Amino acid sequence: MLQRLQHLLGIEDLTREQISFILDQAKPFQEFHRHPLKKLATLRGKTVALAFFENSTRTRISFATAAARLGADTMNLQAESSSLKKGESLLDTVWTLEAMRPDGIVIRHSSSGAPEFIAQRLGIPVVNAGDGTHEHPTQALLDALTVRDRKNTLDGLHVTILGDILHSRVARSNIHLLSKFGAHITLCGPAMWVPRELESLAPNVRRVSHIDEALDGADVIIVLRVQTERMHEPALAPEEYILQFQLTPERLRLAGKDALVLHPGPMIRGLEIDPSVADGPQSCVLDQVTNGLAIRMALLYHLVGGAASEPASGPGMAGKDK
Amino acid sequence: MLLIKNGRVLDPSSNTDATLDILVDGPRILRVGPDLTASHVEIFDAGGMIVAPGFIDLHCHLREPGQELSETIETGTRAAARGGFTAVCAMPNTQPVNDNASVTRGIVERSAAAGAVRVWPIGAASVGSKGESLSEIAAMKEAGIVAVSDDGKPVATARLMRQVMDYCRALDLPVIDHCEDRSLFAGGVMREGPRSIRLGLRGIPAQSESICVGRDVEVVTLTGARLHIAHMSARASLEYVRAAKQQGLQVTCEVTPHHFTLIDEDVRYDSHYKMNPPLASGEDRAALIEGLADGSVDAIATDHAPHHPSSKDVEFDRAPFGIIGFETALALALSELVRPGKISLLRLVELFTTGPARVLGIERKIAADEPADLTIFSTDQVWTYRTSESPSKSRNSPFDGREFRGAPMATIVAGKIVYRR
Repeated sequence: MLQRLQHLLGIEDLTREQISFILDQAKPFQEFHRHPLKKLATLRGKTVALAFFENSTRTRISFATAAARLGADTMNLQAESSSLKKGESLLDTVWTLEAMRPDGIVIRHSSSGAPEFIAQRLGIPVVNAGDGTHEHPTQALLDALTVRDRKNTLDGLHVTILGDILHSRVARSNIHLLSKFGAHITLCGPAMWVPRELESLAPNVRRVSHIDEALDGADVIIVLRVQTERMHEPALAPEEYILQFQLTPERLRLAGKDALVLHPGPMIRGLEIDPSVADGPQSCVLDQVTNGLAIRMALLYHLVGGAASEPASGPGMAGKDK
Repeated sequence: MLLIKNGRVLDPSSNTDATLDILVDGPRILRVGPDLTASHVEIFDAGGMIVAPGFIDLHCHLREPGQELSETIETGTRAAARGGFTAVCAMPNTQPVNDNASVTRGIVERSAAAGAVRVWPIGAASVGSKGESLSEIAAMKEAGIVAVSDDGKPVATARLMRQVMDYCRALDLPVIDHCEDRSLFAGGVMREGPRSIRLGLRGIPAQSESICVGRDVEVVTLTGARLHIAHMSARASLEYVRAAKQQGLQVTCEVTPHHFTLIDEDVRYDSHYKMNPPLASGEDRAALIEGLADGSVDAIATDHAPHHPSSKDVEFDRAPFGIIGFETALALALSELVRPGKISLLRLVELFTTGPARVLGIERKIAADEPADLTIFSTDQVWTYRTSESPSKSRNSPFDGREFRGAPMATIVAGKIVYRR
């Protein structure tokens, strides 16, 4: 029996069935984006709060567009204009948003666990749009949809994730998701960013130091951005990174012609990826963006649309009596 | 006068374990013996209970002066009394920092006026605990400090530590260090390991602590001073302390109840699991329990660290470190150490009484003419800890709602019952 989702806080706690369900739900929305008139009335009258406490362009626009195409209104909170800058706590900010009665909240925050923290204190569905270095579940779902479309399955694929794994929430969500489908996951990047504890995240995860070995036989390559903003250690010289870990056409050949190249963006061409690979036939980066919309529409439809039939719940109010 | 009857007296100083009565006259013990009688006395029937020397907590934060929103000497010592503590050592990281005699005197006076139990201040090792120059340690000693520490942070450099130790050796004061290599600590919020990787929280390696313990032990070989390691959490740190003890160096250490109870795998996105040092690995916890059993660890200390709910009810990485601990210390020691058979009841009493007393260079025993500081507890009393019922101003405990077996039944300070269950 498929358990209905209340929130989407991460991939780790989802079952394989729940993930497949979301991917299946996204299928009709993929088709929908090809229509000349891209507006549904499904969520008309609903409001989705977009609380982006950390700067974001593509994810915020993707969620906003997904909500708009479902007919929902959005309330926008952005990092730069946020009252957080004036010293307001996260809880006070989200309680203020909640008091305007949105039907769901999408949150991005630089603190790992912030979505779970507010989900325990609000009475509305919470969607994690990326929290610190923890998870970015919608990215993993859209990646899975992209791969499944091209490979027809996720089962048993050989997936290589390249780059700064330690600081990557995208990597964590992808590892959790793909591992649930029996994928063999290879992690490769500068050694200080690929600590051995990553192998304990999920079954079938291994680390490889040399990129040639990591790419050998890969069905899918996920290239991560080097996250300079999340790095507290002295950064690596770009030349060093390029020398050892840039995905070049020569290296891509080791993986074979059918290997897919994914990148969560924003991409730094010429650093982690050679421009000709980014624009090449194996690259899925634009599909990823389109599929992101479909995934986010499916989720909002499921989480926010579903709430309509349920009685208004009290936990959010209870949380304030403190 | 107060007559405590029928209690099982456990006194590690004399290895006493016998049913004895204790007659208290004013602030001192008058007589200890079987079947004492006296007329016109208040009688406390301690039948079925343990009567121990008064518990000493070597490590707490009372937040006064300066952070009275989180705790005061009054509220903190009332919580301490409920935990069975008759004396608590207050760390100097108040505002202002207790780095001179006038702050020390203020704490001493305030404690005399409002404290439910004895407060023994610890002075800062360096001015403002900034790690630059020595504070007025001799003047603070005259005003009443029992040790020095820059707790909250380590004594900054080996060179300063050498000076502090040399100076304190002459003053016969122990130096307490919060051991942490700041460069390895590097902004971490929990112990580095599989759990920190899974949660995406910045990790602090165990070596951040043990490197500093190693440094401090080396400086002891240079100075011959008394060193006490605060809230020790790592197996490797314990190895340094063991080796130092074997060499005959005066190195002691304490372990907190949360470090012998919880581990890093218990951490969730709840700042009640955020403390410094962070919850360690299961292997470390096992090593600490072994040290508590074999005598390598000298004391259980709470590191009671109150933080107002509004400062703790935030994102994990933004919350301050620390939890409150007075009221759960004994019950956790009973449930995690005694009941599973790791240590005896007498050893538990030692870890709360004569152990910490030795660190401070004082005696603790139940005998005629000794101060009547006594802790009476039950090993069977079933109760549920609720932070909402605590006299503390703060609520930051991961043990809220936990059911315990074993509790303090009465806390007696200078002959007065300051807490009675």
